[in-house]
Amino acid sequence: MNLSELLTQKFPHDVLATHRYRGDDTVILKKERLLEAARVLKEDPALDFNFLMDLTCVDYLVFEKSPSTAPSTATPSPLPFFMKPKSDPKGEIWERPEGAQTRFEVIYHFYSLSKNHRLRLKVPVEEKSPEVASLTSLWASADWFEREVWDMYGIVFKGHPNLKRILLYEEFIGHPLRKDYPVNKRQPLIGPVN
Amino acid sequence: MTKQQVWLLVIGTCLVFVIWLLEFNMGKIQEEVTKTGTTETRSMLLNIGPSHPAMHGIVRIVAELDGETIVGADVEIGYLHRAFEKMCETGPYNNAIPYTDRLNYVSPLINNVGYCMAVEKLLGIEVTERCKYIRVIMSEISRISDHLTCIGASAMELGAFTVFLYMIKAREYLWELIEKVTGARLTISYTRVGGVKGDLPQQFKEDTAAAFKQTREVLKECDQLLTRNRIFVDRMKDVGVISKEDAISYGVTGPFLRSTGIDYDVRKAQPYLVYDRIDFDIPVGENGDNLDRYMVRMEEMEQSMRIVEKALERLPGGSILVDDQGHEMPAAFMVDEAKMGRTAGFKERIVRMDPTLEGSSGSHHPAVNAPEKKVVLPAKEDTYGNIEGLMDHFKLVMVGHGIRPPKGEAYFPVEGANGELGFYVVSDGSDRPYRVRVRPPCFPIMAALSKILVGDMMADMVPTFGSVNMIGGELDR
Repeated sequence: MNLSELLTQKFPHDVLATHRYRGDDTVILKKERLLEAARVLKEDPALDFNFLMDLTCVDYLVFEKSPSTAPSTATPSPLPFFMKPKSDPKGEIWERPEGAQTRFEVIYHFYSLSKNHRLRLKVPVEEKSPEVASLTSLWASADWFEREVWDMYGIVFKGHPNLKRILLYEEFIGHPLRKDYPVNKRQPLIGPVN
Repeated sequence: MTKQQVWLLVIGTCLVFVIWLLEFNMGKIQEEVTKTGTTETRSMLLNIGPSHPAMHGIVRIVAELDGETIVGADVEIGYLHRAFEKMCETGPYNNAIPYTDRLNYVSPLINNVGYCMAVEKLLGIEVTERCKYIRVIMSEISRISDHLTCIGASAMELGAFTVFLYMIKAREYLWELIEKVTGARLTISYTRVGGVKGDLPQQFKEDTAAAFKQTREVLKECDQLLTRNRIFVDRMKDVGVISKEDAISYGVTGPFLRSTGIDYDVRKAQPYLVYDRIDFDIPVGENGDNLDRYMVRMEEMEQSMRIVEKALERLPGGSILVDDQGHEMPAAFMVDEAKMGRTAGFKERIVRMDPTLEGSSGSHHPAVNAPEKKVVLPAKEDTYGNIEGLMDHFKLVMVGHGIRPPKGEAYFPVEGANGELGFYVVSDGSDRPYRVRVRPPCFPIMAALSKILVGDMMADMVPTFGSVNMIGGELDR
């Protein structure tokens, strides 16, 4: 039994979808049960994920709608027929599951030292209430990672002891890695004199 | 009484009064002390950085001191934030490679390799054998230069300036090697999605052997200067200790984790490229203190050299010129022979020329690049020589075209010099990455730093911070 099946068994009503793409096991989970599931991931001897390797977020606001770099109006500009891939080299298809197509997804990468396996956990987060439970009580590494996601995406981690900006300064307005934040917008901390 | 005597008397009385006042107050303070049983003490806040010679890069540590002991530390980062992840989303896939150089500017080749392998995983393609070996060789050379910088700088901060100079000298030998291959010393941008920019130059094996010989001499000298040096050992031993549990919980990886005794190394645990075919050891420490981290790094350099030597021995791809006996021969000699018509004895091998900065020339292009037309630029001879090559080239470099991985996501970890360096790339099927996320190895270590520092002396902050090997570029992105 692989990892995502194991987790599906434990949380049959809360796992929205699972897939394995390019060898990465992925579980998409409802955000309400995140803390319980994370505890199981850490403490279940069959899973034993003692490392929270990475924690990040993706903003799906313009997914598949992102304009091409080409200055043409056709976006994205079509690939010529002789360069179109006939099929995926590994025969895999990746789709965002129905019912989990929220704007944000918080993404956790776990690693188990004893079992030497990895798992990606994705938690869909609505734009209206960008809140997720904090995992700082389980892994200390969540502390700074969550602060960074708050800084860059404005996701609130409930229960985080010190949720403040980490890479940017406190006076910064907005969350720059959101797709609706213009890439060339400037917010100088020291403005022009008069 | 004269006027002067009157004045003396007045001044005298005043003095007596002042002295009495002082004594009276002192007595009161004494009384208070005896009443409460303690004097009022406050810990001192000491601000170090962001711009401070001991803070490599720019980082700020606000330390709370009780005498000389650190009782609390607040680490503040972000002074070098350059919006790496946002900028990656704005251009084609290969455009991000120069940005990755600037993540860890001491071992940029490992970043290049990590990013390209993440995109290749997303594309579902695999590079050629020779390219895999080249990537391993270049990554390991970078790892040595990274460790040299880290140890050299930490030693300098403890007063061993000679070691710093020696190690920078050794790094120079390695950077000369890197320069011969990539054309640049620091901002190398060597790998491409699906391959590398050019093949290894002629004489690379000999050059590497010579550089390693000199590097080993330097390492031996430095080892004699440091490892049994009383001052150095006393400053490093039992300082900056982190427990196994803490290290795991904070997500610490690399030499920092291995110094606690856990032998986690991505190269062994989840081998990529050809690390599973090369025999090497992973040094581990015991105590998780600064001295163990120094030892682990010193041994890792030796292991990296071992890896490079073995990889060079096995380097496949028929790129060496050989005569009918199988002996290597220089290109000029071969040309001379061919002029006289003595070509019969040459084995059917691909002739290698020096890589050009524009790209790899035709003869060895297929050896180092994956046979994927939709990913890899064609050889320059084809671009300038025939229409298919020209079309192929333009379909990759024109805006709005380029590499287009299918919709999907991939996380690829490589072992950076500081620990696990992970790239998480999301594609929406367009010609630009939808999201590029770097898992910088020194980010979790810096998160753990405030915990490590507490309990040590003020002066221990510098060697502990040095052993973190913080790289501002990847920490703040």
